[in-house]
Amino acid sequence: MTKKLLALISVVIIATLLLAACGTPATQAPAATEAPAATAAATEAPAATEAAAEPVVITWWHITTKDPGLTEFQKMADDYMAAHPNVKIEITVLENEAFKTKLTTVMQSGEVPDIFQSWGQGGMIEQVNAGLLKDITADLKGEWGDSLGALDAFAVDGKNYGVPWDMGAVTFWYNKDLFAKAGITTVPTTWSEFLADCETLKKAGITPISVGEGDKWPGMHIWAYLVSRIGGAEAFSAAAATGAARTGSFNDEAFVKAGYELKKLVDGGYFQEGFLGATHDQMNATFGNGEAAMELGGQWSPSVEKANSADGVGVKNMGMFNFPAVEGGAGKVTDIVGGGNGFAIGKNAPPEAIDFVKYLTNLDNQKIVASTGMGIPVAKGAAASIADPNMVMVADAVANSTYYQLYFDQVLPSAMGSIINDAVQKIFAGTATPEEVCAEIEAGFLAQ
Amino acid sequence: MQSNPAQAKSLYPKPSGQSRKLKDRLVIILFLLPALVIFLLFVIYPIFRSVYYSTFDWKGLGAATHNIGLENYRKILVDAVFQKSVVNVIIIIVLSLVLQLPAAIILSTMVSRDLPGRAMFRTIFFLPYVISEVNAAIMWMLLYSPEPERGFINGVLVALGGSPVNWLADMKIVLFAVFIVLTWKYFGFHMLLYLTGLQNIPSEIEEAARMDGANSFQNFWYITLPLLSGTIRTSVQMSVLGSIQQFILVWVMTKGGPVNASEVMATYMYRFGFVRFQFGYGSAVAIIMFLICVIFSLLYRQLTNKPDYLTGL
Repeated sequence: MTKKLLALISVVIIATLLLAACGTPATQAPAATEAPAATAAATEAPAATEAAAEPVVITWWHITTKDPGLTEFQKMADDYMAAHPNVKIEITVLENEAFKTKLTTVMQSGEVPDIFQSWGQGGMIEQVNAGLLKDITADLKGEWGDSLGALDAFAVDGKNYGVPWDMGAVTFWYNKDLFAKAGITTVPTTWSEFLADCETLKKAGITPISVGEGDKWPGMHIWAYLVSRIGGAEAFSAAAATGAARTGSFNDEAFVKAGYELKKLVDGGYFQEGFLGATHDQMNATFGNGEAAMELGGQWSPSVEKANSADGVGVKNMGMFNFPAVEGGAGKVTDIVGGGNGFAIGKNAPPEAIDFVKYLTNLDNQKIVASTGMGIPVAKGAAASIADPNMVMVADAVANSTYYQLYFDQVLPSAMGSIINDAVQKIFAGTATPEEVCAEIEAGFLAQ
Repeated sequence: MQSNPAQAKSLYPKPSGQSRKLKDRLVIILFLLPALVIFLLFVIYPIFRSVYYSTFDWKGLGAATHNIGLENYRKILVDAVFQKSVVNVIIIIVLSLVLQLPAAIILSTMVSRDLPGRAMFRTIFFLPYVISEVNAAIMWMLLYSPEPERGFINGVLVALGGSPVNWLADMKIVLFAVFIVLTWKYFGFHMLLYLTGLQNIPSEIEEAARMDGANSFQNFWYITLPLLSGTIRTSVQMSVLGSIQQFILVWVMTKGGPVNASEVMATYMYRFGFVRFQFGYGSAVAIIMFLICVIFSLLYRQLTNKPDYLTGL
């Protein structure tokens, strides 16, 4: 027994020594890893006759996992590298959720990618406060900054830390054939018209709305829109502010009333069977297969419903309308809830990375974004290149918007998205009253 | 095991013997080292790190500075959602022990006999365990689809004259729907454990019992089961620990929903750690899960400290 113990202790001691030994050279390690890269570059150098510029590696993380974006982004990077032989762009493509997880993990170590996906605002503010982003205000001054719209979403306290490349809107998409079948000739512009249309559709044996409440966020957008229709821009900004600027709360009437209006849809039985467990893909399958007349979704909806439909074609006769205005509410029917995608610049980004982002968002590439249907471009003059009629409708809705409300979860601290999603799901499930749901969101906000 | 030093001296009088023993020890230590280092670095160290972070209100960005002591633990223990997740885990454990393991024992005794095609059955039963968890979850989501035209199970129900069931959307059913998938996924593993256990039982014992007039059931009940006790012990422990740590299948299929109806401790931890980025809170949940597993394992070992009939271990 004592011998065993001795052996064990000696093993532990040796292990500790070895660990300590591992620890010391760690500081020198980066130099060692850099060395081979330098020699590799040196061997390539003779190819270029002139003394090439210092080799630079740019890391870029994006979440465009599907075509056309996947290929186009790679092509843009390849073209840039061809024009700048000293620059090597390392692209990491990640799925949305995986990206968020991985980004947070690397941020703990301060190893921020040079360029990465961002939705601006809430999450970006936290990254700025942690000192992980680079201030590019000076770079944006002048031509580059003037060429882009929606820059504010990627600015914190007047300083820019990223640029948008796509700005869309959440709207109702509907199946014109199913509307016609139910005898509905005009799209609803008010909430009571909308509820009446839902009833008409249901009576005609058609599921009015498809929603993927298993993923929570698709249904949350209905509630968010109702809040902004009932309370206008004021209600949300008053509740979302911090400190002395906070003049409202999530317990305010607009939020509670939105819950009750949402409840009407649930109680009316206007959602598809099993909506509580349906994912975003399943929701789009239901809509894409022509089994539901409407869905609330962003500029991504036409391509997602198509991809998830049984025949790969999706809804043949699709239309779009703005979220209806709620009678007596402060919000207009032309107010938009939406958001987009942008590039955030990491704190260690070399000047070449900024130059590359400048290239990515130039008019030519923004036209590619428009013409391939990757998104709604933000560069002035690029919108004309949008080929897809569905995207033209979204771009028009954005262009004609009287107020642009960024997604609630993008404005608020990052944890709030999940808190609101979880709370609002309870209205869909009928397990809590709208008052309880609002109280839960308010408590979550105060805990941030 | 302990030896008298004097005796030891007389047993190994030559110094060469001593040094060889020392060499053997060194070799053992050297061979153990790589695994030990990895174990310490990637298992033990993170546990201590988590304990440290669990006392912070920390979002994962920058350094953890806001120490709040045991506040995270207090909040977790009074959180109704966490309590719900514990209850759900207990339900899964109980169902596993009552349904999954007996089924695994019965099937393993069946496929260990000289049945025609037993190799094929063995493979079929073991197949689900080999499939990756995410694939299995997606496959079952399709099977469970609420629309009878697309979901196989509801299709069969409707064809038989029943009405479709919202397997993953009904808060009363979802946990059991998930449990069915867990059983389907893991009983093959337990079956394999039992098969190994069965192979260690000498056929002479069964033959002798048969000579004495024992029928198949008596054979199973008085001979096979007691001789399998060691394997059963391992199987139960793995089943319980696996249930406590279950994550992937639940997260992919339901994300713990609808409204926490299928929440388990691991999905709760993930939600706070990696969806809401409250790493301090998430770490505290992880530590609670870790403590539950450790306490269970120690208690379990203590309670089932009976030697195995066959090996004496």
